Amino acid sequence: MQSGTFHTTYASDVSLRPYWPQRIRIALALALALIFPWFADRYWLNLANTIAIAAIGAIGLNILVGYTGQISVGHGGFLAVGAYTAGMMAVYLGTPMWITIPVASFFTAAVGAFFGLPSLRLKGLYLAIATLASQEIIIWLLTHGKLLGIGESLSLPRASNNLFGLPLEWLGNNDFAFYWVCLAFLIVTVIFVSNLFRTRTGRAFVAIRDQDIAAQVIGVDLFRYKLLAFATSSFFAGLAGALTAHYRGVISWERFTIETSILYLAMIIIGGLGSVSGSIYGAAFMILLPAFLSNLARTLSDVVPNINSYLPFLQQGAFGLAIILFLIFEPEGIVKMWRNVKDYFRLWPFSY
Amino acid sequence: MDRFVQLALSGIANGAILALVALGFVLIYKSSDVINFAQGELLLIGAYLTYAMVEQFGIWWPAGVVFAVILSAVIGVLIEQLVLRPMIGEPTISVIMVTIGLSSLLRAITGAIWGVTPRPAPQFLPTDTVTILGANVGVDRLWAFGLAIALFGILTLFFRYSREGIAMRAVADDQQAALSMGISVKKVWAVAWAIAAITATVGGILLMSIFGGVSGTIGRVGLLVFPVVILGGLDSIPGAIIGGLIIGLLQSFAGGYLPPEWGMGEVMPFIILLFILLVRPYGLFGQRIIERV
Repeated sequence: MQSGTFHTTYASDVSLRPYWPQRIRIALALALALIFPWFADRYWLNLANTIAIAAIGAIGLNILVGYTGQISVGHGGFLAVGAYTAGMMAVYLGTPMWITIPVASFFTAAVGAFFGLPSLRLKGLYLAIATLASQEIIIWLLTHGKLLGIGESLSLPRASNNLFGLPLEWLGNNDFAFYWVCLAFLIVTVIFVSNLFRTRTGRAFVAIRDQDIAAQVIGVDLFRYKLLAFATSSFFAGLAGALTAHYRGVISWERFTIETSILYLAMIIIGGLGSVSGSIYGAAFMILLPAFLSNLARTLSDVVPNINSYLPFLQQGAFGLAIILFLIFEPEGIVKMWRNVKDYFRLWPFSY
Repeated sequence: MDRFVQLALSGIANGAILALVALGFVLIYKSSDVINFAQGELLLIGAYLTYAMVEQFGIWWPAGVVFAVILSAVIGVLIEQLVLRPMIGEPTISVIMVTIGLSSLLRAITGAIWGVTPRPAPQFLPTDTVTILGANVGVDRLWAFGLAIALFGILTLFFRYSREGIAMRAVADDQQAALSMGISVKKVWAVAWAIAAITATVGGILLMSIFGGVSGTIGRVGLLVFPVVILGGLDSIPGAIIGGLIIGLLQSFAGGYLPPEWGMGEVMPFIILLFILLVRPYGLFGQRIIERV
């Protein structure tokens, strides 16, 4: 059991996970992730994939909101850009997913940087309102897509789901195959973002969050790094959007409205702002909550006859209530709760 | 020409309703620095409460409207006490998210009680049309405009002459100074939320009578509040009124004159919003103290 921070070498001081208990926990989580699909049915695989994709998007949003301090209510729009870019490439050009996913991610990064331009003039709630406008404008472009030659919804050809010429069906059914794709992308995202905040760029993001004027004084180029934060954040939004497009096979704009933006904001608030693991916990919480409620409604349907007709409202109400309760009672999110649990055991029998 | 008049009048009527909803938003922002994403849901609750009073409980409609207004004011105060009070001193993102959570909760509650199918609105306003400058205009829209103006008049008198109104202006001006003069800032916040709920309810009732029904979609007006208040200036009450009228008119003209398949009516306010934010973030009448980067 770890009882404090005792670094004796520089290497251990800068390492991401210096302690054995941390490494063992990560190994256990990885082992669980590798064993899980062999025992889970398609329902649970579907949930796991949804969580993994949402976690990638949430980590992206956390780069912007949690680490750089720029509030964005437009993440849903960037997910849409990623999904539609991948979808249109697959439909009109027949491009396979191993090309569409990176292209869609980079394209969304460019779009995100463009919509990040207001951040150079605005901050705080003014920026939040500006991103709200960009969300509405992106959705309007999609719903009136005849101007741009986009249909309101797209069906992706199954054949586009292949990796380097290898069809994904070869791995197993759609949910099982995508589990490995999503998991791989999630792991790469986690490693990339955890390390990002140990680099010059990531440190600059955090400096902008903490005090933008001070950051500028010590030589952080606000113009460059704010746009870079928007681009990085949107890159992962695009990745999550493209994965959604290929996994679901059908995309329509209803998936990417302002409700989606809010859902992602809720994930990082509930999980923990400025924390990679928090984004994953938050994504899991926000995906599992409605699933849990619909299971609960199914079991209770004998006792309470028309509970199923109330289910959407139950889910929406629980969503709102969860946000409010977390913000009032644990504003630092699930990450803080988990840290409290660890601290309790580490310091036992003393209280601090 | 008559098409122009028709569009202008319907735009002004919608704009007046928008201005009412935006007024409550500005009041809350001025007195407590809270950006209220749940303003549209206050409107929704007010409209449904009126529907319940008049249609479901069968109360004589003026009394029903008064009950609904009082009840929504109480709900506004409760929201302030239970949800916003613990958020004092928290960062912007937390305050924004708590009102977003609130809007989701309120929408779920109205959905669970009244369902998703649109309910027919009780008829308060006459539905016949009159001809003004050669254009046929629904009398209900004129009524909506007139009632909104009347409410603005009442509120102006309230802010100018009543004790609470003057206290609210003092708090909006300088919270510390107001506190040291013995003004209860907490009471002012409660009053601000109560007035916001009342104006939203009146807006909801007017919107309900114009549409002839009430359903969850009328809560979407809550998002249109943002273009209005940014155009007028986030902390300016005259700005909210004029911004509301301008956005209402622009929406009406953009929807009426540009090809309908473009759907410009919906997106126009947000394009203006982005433009204003880039060029003049404090809006037409706002204080020029917002932090620039």
